[in-house]
Amino acid sequence: MSTEVAEVKEVKKSEPLFSKKNRKLVTNPLDIDNPITVQVLGICSALAVTTQMKPAFTMAVSLVVVLIASSMVISALRNTIPSRIRIVVQLAVIATFVILVDQVLKAYVYDISKQLSVFVGLIITNCIVMGRLEAFSMGNKVGPSFMDGLGNGLGYGIILMIVAFFRELLGSGALFGFKIFEAAGFHYPGNGLMLLPAGACIVVGVIIWVQRSLNGYREG
Amino acid sequence: MRQSNLYIVLYAAALTVVCGGLLALASEGLKEKQQANIELEQKKNILSTVMDLPKGANIEELYAKKVKSFVVDAQGKVIEGVQAKDVVVLAEYKKPADQRKLPVYEFRNESNPEKIDFVVLPVFGFGLWDNIWGFVALQADLNTIQGVSYQHKGETPGLGARIDSKEIQERYKGKSIYDNNNLVSVVMMKGEGVDYSNDKHKVDGMSGATLTAKGVNNMLAQYLSLYENYLKSIKATNDVSL
Repeated sequence: MSTEVAEVKEVKKSEPLFSKKNRKLVTNPLDIDNPITVQVLGICSALAVTTQMKPAFTMAVSLVVVLIASSMVISALRNTIPSRIRIVVQLAVIATFVILVDQVLKAYVYDISKQLSVFVGLIITNCIVMGRLEAFSMGNKVGPSFMDGLGNGLGYGIILMIVAFFRELLGSGALFGFKIFEAAGFHYPGNGLMLLPAGACIVVGVIIWVQRSLNGYREG
Repeated sequence: MRQSNLYIVLYAAALTVVCGGLLALASEGLKEKQQANIELEQKKNILSTVMDLPKGANIEELYAKKVKSFVVDAQGKVIEGVQAKDVVVLAEYKKPADQRKLPVYEFRNESNPEKIDFVVLPVFGFGLWDNIWGFVALQADLNTIQGVSYQHKGETPGLGARIDSKEIQERYKGKSIYDNNNLVSVVMMKGEGVDYSNDKHKVDGMSGATLTAKGVNNMLAQYLSLYENYLKSIKATNDVSL
């Protein structure tokens, strides 16, 4: 929280952090510029960690933390980074934060960290993170970079939660591990297809369909 | 200036030092907590082979009360001065069989501490892709399986990875590892959906994961035979005939 407050002060001199333009940085990735459903990035982990809501939630939070932190660091360093090794620098910063997150998860929520296994580590190669650093943080101030990181992280997280909601509900009849159908008093056998990656593909496809028809998207 | 080679080298070096320092700091600071988690997980797995653990059970307390652990060698003799929790089964797995240190976890009878209720033996092996490991609990007759707990590092999700599920592990309950004094272990068969409840040494297989099942079978056979000398030595004191 403290860094957040510090940033607000710093940016206020030129442009308020929550100016209309900056707010767009957060709201656009939630819908019309969503990293998963529109840019189709970060699909691998979206398929892999969404069988249950709990790990999906942890994964989403982890990605938001990593994305915001590395966006801000890269943005702060952007005028010092030699352009010939900028990708390496970005990777090093991302990797550092990812490993930090992984270590913290292992220390405080061991069960979930076991479930997520390699996927937290794979945030390093998540296209969303690298993409935002290269496309946005390298050319923008710390404040907007924070907003951009937050927006894209949330955009990823929202889709993850929606997919996990349907997969856990239909796949094992539960939400956050709580057996909804059994609590309501009838037996639900569970749909195995939803627990396989194919189930995630179907759910993501349906989300894209709904989103496009709502937004009036036209091919070409 | 920003493009000169010297600047680039220095920049990379400084970045490495800062990032590396941060990581080293985090790793040192969190090590104790992580180690405690790993030990707790192991205790949970050992207990779960013998009893159903209720949610929120105090693992540490239960474990301290019930379990007595020590280390034996392949001849079945207790190795003094080595604690079971310090033995890394993965490291032992790489040694020749007769030099391995083998941890044993015993559940002693509460009214008669001379008598063993359950013996829990760690097992270790190789599945289809990577290491698999677990615990096998034997009842006081040192023959009937009370329960098993398997873990894996990288078996195929939905196929071989099922070995860590309750569903698969339940199938081992009540099976026997001895057939007329011969150690035959328990074998997971190929194919799924066959009823083996009449066969003491076979369990139903996992569809699509025959190679993982083979790994499990090898793991069980190898480790049970490693522990055979030890089992023989306690069977006298425990007064059971196999």
